[in-house]
Amino acid sequence: MAIVEIKNLVKRFDKFVAVNDVSFEIQEGETLGLLGPNGAGKTTTIQALLDLVTPTSGSIKIFGKEISENRSEILGQINFSSPYVALPGNLKVWENLSIFAGLYGIKNPKQKIEELAEIFKIKDLLPKMTSNLSTGQMTRLNLTKAMLNDPKLLLLDEPTSSLDPDIADKYRKLLKKIQKERNLTILYTSHNMLEIEEICDRVIFLNKGKITDNGTPQQLIKKYGRKDLNDVFLAIARET
Amino acid sequence: MKWHRIKALMTRHLYLYQRSIPRLMDIFFWPTMTLLLWGFVSEYLQQSNFSGSVNIVTVLLGAIILWEILSEGQHSLSVAFLEDIWERNLLNIFVTPLKISEFLASTALLGVIRVFLVGIVMGVVALFAYSFNLFSLGFYIIPFAFNLIFFGWILGLIITAVILRFGTSAQVLAFGIMFLVQPFTAVFYPVSILPKYIQYISYALPSTYVFEGLRAVVNTGHFLNSYFLISVGLNIIYLALALWFFYRMFARVKKNGMLTKLDS
Repeated sequence: MAIVEIKNLVKRFDKFVAVNDVSFEIQEGETLGLLGPNGAGKTTTIQALLDLVTPTSGSIKIFGKEISENRSEILGQINFSSPYVALPGNLKVWENLSIFAGLYGIKNPKQKIEELAEIFKIKDLLPKMTSNLSTGQMTRLNLTKAMLNDPKLLLLDEPTSSLDPDIADKYRKLLKKIQKERNLTILYTSHNMLEIEEICDRVIFLNKGKITDNGTPQQLIKKYGRKDLNDVFLAIARET
Repeated sequence: MKWHRIKALMTRHLYLYQRSIPRLMDIFFWPTMTLLLWGFVSEYLQQSNFSGSVNIVTVLLGAIILWEILSEGQHSLSVAFLEDIWERNLLNIFVTPLKISEFLASTALLGVIRVFLVGIVMGVVALFAYSFNLFSLGFYIIPFAFNLIFFGWILGLIITAVILRFGTSAQVLAFGIMFLVQPFTAVFYPVSILPKYIQYISYALPSTYVFEGLRAVVNTGHFLNSYFLISVGLNIIYLALALWFFYRMFARVKKNGMLTKLDS
């Protein structure tokens, strides 16, 4: 069953075409990697999925419904995390989580926060000011926030970009565990191709707003005759 | 609209008040200082007999308290929005199921709480420092105050829409718009003092009827129903226009991708 169906998505900013006739689906329980060089249209596609930008044309259906017409209902079942979007630093960690629990209408928020804090190992951070967290702790907090509403679809925009390799590895392992346990559908962007190989079932390459290729990481490595996805990325980005 | 989402956003701001001295100063310290300043000026004018038979303490202190109510209404709505921009939290908020109407309702209710607290602080200070009882004007003060809160929201809504459209470079308006309104709305003097062509602008502002109404109560003891009704009518018209403008700006920033760049 397709959780996300994007058909002929176009987004123009004046004369610049950020997304050019993009169509793809994400199946339930699938982790899809959205790859491409800077300015390829990944972030704009995610923003359109979250109804933060209005597409010029095309259709975006999530759970079979148009996002533009069912925004509140759909956003209640999905979540988003990005290191480029901060949680207010002038609030305590538990205050931030309880506010978002309220925004998602979580029943018994205290219990939910404690439960997730245990899973993501942030229990000792709950009374701390958010501004005092390290980057690794902040990433775990962001993921905790993203799991508050038990989302069916999770959009992760370069979640490990500011993490050291050790913390990034722990993050991926945790994410994979949760994905498996909850049959989560994930849309994942990253510039780290090793990470994509490890996490994603399938990847889509975007360049200059267009889909240039897609398939499983292994299929693409084989197709391009390269040793890994990083080389495939370079080949695709440089040939177009 | 869902109450749990409105409450969550209000809670976000109320948490901040627990530990932020500048925010507490906004409610307790600055209004007190403003009141003391105008109280001393009023007493000086009264003692110097510049004001003739007019009770200048009542006129000026009543006016300054009502003016603070108007300012707080505008300020709380605009600054609540700016807080999320400053904290780079805007996208987190707008990727939740929160509706614009809920966002606006939460900031408007937050404004009521702030206005209520500021009103109490100023009322108590005026009573003890200048023996001025705000309710000596009668309970007319309540509908007056609501009209001013209402107009403050409208101004706050317009400023928020402008910040949405033009980004943080327009945030100075959140703090400066009231200085632009003040001379036209005849807070401390009657509209008749103003040049004729400025009077047209003055009478287009709902707040003018409140301040004129306040002076009428002080001078004649009568509440002018017509002023109250005109003020309510203008507020309703302006609220409809401000909401239309806000929703239009919101749609526009979503179209040109500016919503995602506001807090970056």
